[in-house]
Amino acid sequence: MRKALVIIWKDILAEARAKDLLTSFLLYALLAMLIFYFALNPEIVDDAAAGVLWVAFTFAGMLGLSRSFFLEKERGGIDGLMLCPVEREYVFLGKVGSGFLFMFVAELLIMPVFSIFMNLPIFMPRLVLVAFLATIGFVSLGTLFAAMAANTRAQELMLPLLFLPTAVPLIIAAVQCSAAVLTGAPWGDMLSWLQMIVAFDAIFFVLALFAFPYILES
Amino acid sequence: MIEIEDLGKVFGSRWVLRGLNLRVEKGTTLTILGPNGSGKTTLLKVLATLLKPSKGRLAIGGRDSKDGAEVRRLLGFVGHEALLYEDLTALENLRFYARMYDVPAAEARIKTLAREMDVVPYLGEKVRTLSHGLKKRVSIARALLHDPPVMLLDEPETALDQKATGILFETLERFVGQRTVVMTTHNLERGLKMADRVIILSQGKIAFEGTKPFDPATFPETYFRCTGAPL
Repeated sequence: MRKALVIIWKDILAEARAKDLLTSFLLYALLAMLIFYFALNPEIVDDAAAGVLWVAFTFAGMLGLSRSFFLEKERGGIDGLMLCPVEREYVFLGKVGSGFLFMFVAELLIMPVFSIFMNLPIFMPRLVLVAFLATIGFVSLGTLFAAMAANTRAQELMLPLLFLPTAVPLIIAAVQCSAAVLTGAPWGDMLSWLQMIVAFDAIFFVLALFAFPYILES
Repeated sequence: MIEIEDLGKVFGSRWVLRGLNLRVEKGTTLTILGPNGSGKTTLLKVLATLLKPSKGRLAIGGRDSKDGAEVRRLLGFVGHEALLYEDLTALENLRFYARMYDVPAAEARIKTLAREMDVVPYLGEKVRTLSHGLKKRVSIARALLHDPPVMLLDEPETALDQKATGILFETLERFVGQRTVVMTTHNLERGLKMADRVIILSQGKIAFEGTKPFDPATFPETYFRCTGAPL
């Protein structure tokens, strides 16, 4: 497990230098929200708010994951990791750990901006919980598919093609949970969707953990 | 030290390595020659456990390649690419790999290798800003950090000019020591100089196998006969 932490630390250090992933995530998400804000009819903006938030998170997240593996492949960094005397599963844990960290921090930074756009309270702990849980499944699945797509010529195209159809249940559940939070619905109304997110997290984290070594070596 | 039995690797429907049998004794150097696409890099990647063989058996230091992490601990790899993170400094890269390999007294080991590779003044520089030659020297330091008994060198001279290639091979010759070395190269002179044994790969098969002494004057003819391509 210590090796996964070493990989996370390396990714944080590289990101602190390059400011590549956080910047692209933040810019993309903000632009997406801005476009939706002006494009949507003001009467339906409130109803569409949760959807707008997750469309921004989803596409910005995919961009970040794709970029993360591109940077790892640059100059053979992924080969360097694979040569280390570490089981591939720990490489996966390291990459999921850093991917989660970057995406969740970016989401936390975007939420207040989103609240201002949508005229909502700045701090919504339940929305933070939804984003936290959904990001685990998002990054687990995304890391697996980003590793797969990185070995193809059209990686920017492959990642959405592989990822989006599989992640649909997670995104629907996250949107439903977020909509319940934004409308002030009680916990009971979002519980079944939260359970779905947790189930998705558990299933796809384990599946991706075991599939990752085969993807790397194929 | 390295045993390969009936090794094959297929990509899609194309067999890139076909039924290779090879044994590299401890402390000896094997040079692999062959034209582009003959399977040299794939063979090195299989030896480095970066790729799984599609058939056959590979053992390094008496351990089956399926032992994964334990086998990788025995290997040092220098390839076309430096395998360094461009946004980190040379020192941060070496520290990262030292942690990944559990190198004891890592700071002292890094300093020693940096001195021997003559990269001390560049340790604080981002890898992105270093020349190819310097990157390669940092890359050799990375590969030697854990003092591996087996070195795999995949065309280490790639992208270097003649002078830098000369320095690189002199450095490699100094640090090979008692290690077992498998090297692919397009540099015939250097390749033959370092080798105890040479094989020529053609279309994924061993087309020639010989032990030293080699005659650099007649070798190009042998190479052409085996591969149909000039050296």
